[in-house]
Amino acid sequence: MFMKKKIALFSRTKALEAEIEEFLGKLSQSALTFQTAISVYLQHGANGEFQGMVQKLAELESRDDALRRSIEAQLYRQTLIPESRGDVLGLLETLDKVHGLMEGGLYALSIEKPVIPESLVPHFQDLTTAAVSAVDHLVLASRAFFTNIDDVSDHLREVMRYEKDADKITTELKRTLFESELDLSGKLHLKSFVEYIDDVADGAEDVADRLGIYTIKRAI
Amino acid sequence: MDVIVLLLLTGGLFLGWSLGANDAANVFGTAVGTRMVSFTKAAAICSVFVVLGAVISGAGASDTLGKLGAIDSLSASCVAAVAAATTVYMMTRLGLPVSTSQAIVGAIIGWNLYSGSPTDLSVVFKIIGTWVACPILAGLVAVVLFKITVPSIKLARLHLLRLDALTRLALIIAGAFGAYSLGANNIANVMGVFVSANPFTAVKVAGLVSLSGVELLFLLGGLAIALGVFTYSKKVMLTVGAGLMPLSPVAAWIVVMAHSIVLFLFASQGLESFLAGSGLPTIPLVPVSSSQAVIGAMLGLGVLKGGGGVNLSVLAKIASGWVTTPIIACSVCFATLSVL
Repeated sequence: MFMKKKIALFSRTKALEAEIEEFLGKLSQSALTFQTAISVYLQHGANGEFQGMVQKLAELESRDDALRRSIEAQLYRQTLIPESRGDVLGLLETLDKVHGLMEGGLYALSIEKPVIPESLVPHFQDLTTAAVSAVDHLVLASRAFFTNIDDVSDHLREVMRYEKDADKITTELKRTLFESELDLSGKLHLKSFVEYIDDVADGAEDVADRLGIYTIKRAI
Repeated sequence: MDVIVLLLLTGGLFLGWSLGANDAANVFGTAVGTRMVSFTKAAAICSVFVVLGAVISGAGASDTLGKLGAIDSLSASCVAAVAAATTVYMMTRLGLPVSTSQAIVGAIIGWNLYSGSPTDLSVVFKIIGTWVACPILAGLVAVVLFKITVPSIKLARLHLLRLDALTRLALIIAGAFGAYSLGANNIANVMGVFVSANPFTAVKVAGLVSLSGVELLFLLGGLAIALGVFTYSKKVMLTVGAGLMPLSPVAAWIVVMAHSIVLFLFASQGLESFLAGSGLPTIPLVPVSSSQAVIGAMLGLGVLKGGGGVNLSVLAKIASGWVTTPIIACSVCFATLSVL
């Protein structure tokens, strides 16, 4: 009976591991969708393909919300990882916020449909690539936090690097934008979109900072 | 059984109860304090294995106490046990470090002084040497376990959740082993002084299991320890788990295992005969302090991590206990016997 109970415990653990992996996988998928959607918007505007991607990211975010709630409930109900439970919940919640930032950015594009001058398109693309790369490495760092703690810091360094890149591109993009011939309302409108994308990189950095602390706490 | 006999055994039974109340926390404190294992499960496992350890492997350390001084009357045994218990109680109230093992040795020497029996100094030095060796050995074992366990965990790349599940299982197994070792090593403190004046005779339980008189005595002591575990150890476990040992569950497992291995080494007659048979130096079978083994293991991990967490005043307090506890217990026992 004791062994049966233990086997049951491991099977429950396995199911929960799969949910955490799905949560991270969905976030990674969302980052890719975010990048592709912005690329489509920059080239073709808010067409059907773009709207489909906005919808897809919303569905991914919604599924991640459900997964997060399920994981949190199971961690508490089964009193699992008492030492790291708070940290894991904090990590999932802040990762979900990054997810929300990407979703919010795409919704804003879909609703406000800003006109982006051709000359700024490469800058927007570079900024999106840097922000998405930061999120990708954040997902890798989070996965390593669960399975291979020694690799976390390498991925966190990458998150910081891409966030710094995003900051540089943001500054350059804003400078170019405000030196352009656009009227002030157009400049301010586009500025808010630069910030939407940069916020994703900043959000990834905030989670990375927390994850760095959680990793130190998990040292045996 | 005669009520008088039972009354005279109360000194030892009280020591057993207090041992269960306090020292169960050394084997299950972190697991219960961090809610990795429920108290009921921990108490049940601890009680069963303490009794098993006491009955199966308790004779070795008791023999050594017998060599120090054989108290041949039940009433004098009771006085020695009560003197040790009083010393433990007084020193605990005064906030001084105390160990039942050290108190009972002092009480036996007090009996020797009162009765004019010679005290074998070589046995005294052997016992004191063991007390010093116990935390040091626990520290060394903890370092070795850490060096093996941590790289193995990293190599296995276990998911945090699976590591948690395995750690729970490992803490339960280590706790059971710790409880067995505690029973085997520390039953000498509880019932050792009664062995020479043992009122029990051999019995056969259900026509299957034979228990000698000494085993029956140890069974009674083991049950007293189990009673202490169930009635009073929860509070101590929660204090130890949440306060004194801010360790990760894996580090807590290492500490419990190091403690259990050391207590087992100082109690195992099987190991002693194996070493003797192989021509190797044997490990003396002496009751040692469970708490000091835990502190030694924690200090070992502290030194391994650079020594930042090592508190020298803790070491000084432990060392002072090696001297003050036996002297106080000896004086209390001698004075009580003289008055009575």
